[in-house]
Amino acid sequence: MVNVANQNILLDVQNLGIRLNTSRGPAQAVREVSFSLRRGETLGLVGESGCGKSITALALMGLLPDSAVVGGSIKLAERELVGLPDADYCDIRGNRISMIFQEPMTALNPMHTIGRQIAEPLRRHKGFSAAAARKEAIALLDRVGLPDAARRVDAYPHQFSGGQRQRVTIAIALACQPDLLIADEPTTALDVTIQGQILDLIADLVAERGMAMILISHDLGVIAENVQKMMVMYGGTVVESGITDAVFWRMGHPYTQGLFRARPRLGAKKGTRLKTIAGTVPELADLPTGCPFADRCPLVEGRCRAAFPAMVRVGDDHLVRCVRTDVSMMNLPEVLGA
Amino acid sequence: MPAVAQRPATAFWRRALRHRSFVAGGALVLLVLFAALLSLVWTPWSAYDIDIAAKLKPPSSSHWLGTDVFGRDIVSLLLVGARATIAVGIIAVGIGLSFGVCLGLLAAARKGWTEELIMRMSDFTFAFPAVLSAIMLAAAVGPGMVTSITAIGIFQIPTFVRVTRASANAVWSREFVLAARASGKGAFRITTEHVLPNILSVLVVQATIGFALAILAEAALSYLGLGTQPPQPSWGRMLNEAQTLLFQAPSLAVYPGVAIATAVLGLNLLGDGLRDLLDPRLARER
Repeated sequence: MVNVANQNILLDVQNLGIRLNTSRGPAQAVREVSFSLRRGETLGLVGESGCGKSITALALMGLLPDSAVVGGSIKLAERELVGLPDADYCDIRGNRISMIFQEPMTALNPMHTIGRQIAEPLRRHKGFSAAAARKEAIALLDRVGLPDAARRVDAYPHQFSGGQRQRVTIAIALACQPDLLIADEPTTALDVTIQGQILDLIADLVAERGMAMILISHDLGVIAENVQKMMVMYGGTVVESGITDAVFWRMGHPYTQGLFRARPRLGAKKGTRLKTIAGTVPELADLPTGCPFADRCPLVEGRCRAAFPAMVRVGDDHLVRCVRTDVSMMNLPEVLGA
Repeated sequence: MPAVAQRPATAFWRRALRHRSFVAGGALVLLVLFAALLSLVWTPWSAYDIDIAAKLKPPSSSHWLGTDVFGRDIVSLLLVGARATIAVGIIAVGIGLSFGVCLGLLAAARKGWTEELIMRMSDFTFAFPAVLSAIMLAAAVGPGMVTSITAIGIFQIPTFVRVTRASANAVWSREFVLAARASGKGAFRITTEHVLPNILSVLVVQATIGFALAILAEAALSYLGLGTQPPQPSWGRMLNEAQTLLFQAPSLAVYPGVAIATAVLGLNLLGDGLRDLLDPRLARER
């Protein structure tokens, strides 16, 4: 069913499932993840550690360990990426899909100058000459806001601060003008003041170059301010997805609501404890058959544990994987304000 | 002030000349090299001429360090012996380094059964000490310098395989390798551009240690009569011949001993210095 609207879809992920072989046996790290992204669209992935966000990102990059079994379909501009030979994937990585990593301190090779590391993908994917690549590297460093780029291009990573290094990794990711940028917690390792600058920079660049972006974060605030669409992940699956504003307006899943309640607030009374979600994240190796959140959910009932719940539509493009949305969304202001 | 304006080579030498152990090690190694080169064009006496009448002479103005049991000039023997030492070191370490590093990098890049096979094979080789493999080789093809060099070189391969694989695995698990893969590089380019430069300092140190071990092994093999064959002088052979005369002429054992110690010490210091100098994180201008 290829219609005109689908032509614009850059990334189409259907029913993505990833099984990893861990030391404790096979684990279904991701299941039933589906989404699509048009050029210029931004998508946020939010969830706590171990929920499958980063694994999903690595699957898009084709960088999962060889032992991982990937099911479903990932299509980049109509081209199927699942099962693509590694040699072909190498032409896509860094060229059409790029990634920014969490730790700018370790994502750069300490033995090479930053100029060389930025020039590398240009020479490999675009066939730039050494001189042209160097010139472009300086232009990129200038664009990502590194002061004195022409001189600093020959410096080594240890000569930069964390924020500056993250600017360098952004320059590397953007070098080949990719169609899709994946930012995996790009600001987690940085100071709060630098965080804002880096996120603004990424947002500007995404808008300027018309890329699509997937922003991964565990911070609801970062997601709320930086992406048009969002997906909340829990236990390896998407529990809620929709337009960011709509999701924040009417959170449908008890987990999303719990995350939202757990945020620290300005003006809270002194000594107020942060709200928490009771219990811990289930082990991926032994996920329950039913809803992965059942053991921690305040609204749990028998049918939650009986079968894996389907996505329920609660608004335009707003889906929630919960059988009890009627109850969870009844008194929203009260639930979220409490 | 960041060191970005200078040409990298100039900056390297400026830092190198300020590094104490690099300078000291370099000087000692150059001394040995110079001795070997000098022996090609000039020695005070011939290292091969026997003069029984002048045997075991104490140091004098004609024989600066005296003569050995066959009346050969010690200085000349030391100079010519340096050639064997350097040849053994370079060739044996060359064999160990080239095979060992390639296999180690392959093991780290391919993982799985390739890695298993390489590691088990190196365990197997490692089980035979250099001296034992030299004895076996000597039994098969006859003793001599080529035999001892080959045996020492083969003995060094598993050491380099292990060191390379262990440090390469550590680099492979670093995030910048993931970032490099994310920018579309294949295993070969990651190995040459990211893994190799990052383990170079470890390899340089291992090579200098290997060089020192090779000199000692050659001395040991020559001492056993399996290495350099007479009349070709080597420091190990000189030690061997001095042994029987330890009580009459103890100084005969001291000279080659000091020569071996000098070479080994120099190489270790040089390796230490190189390790520091090759790491850009330690390369800040003071």
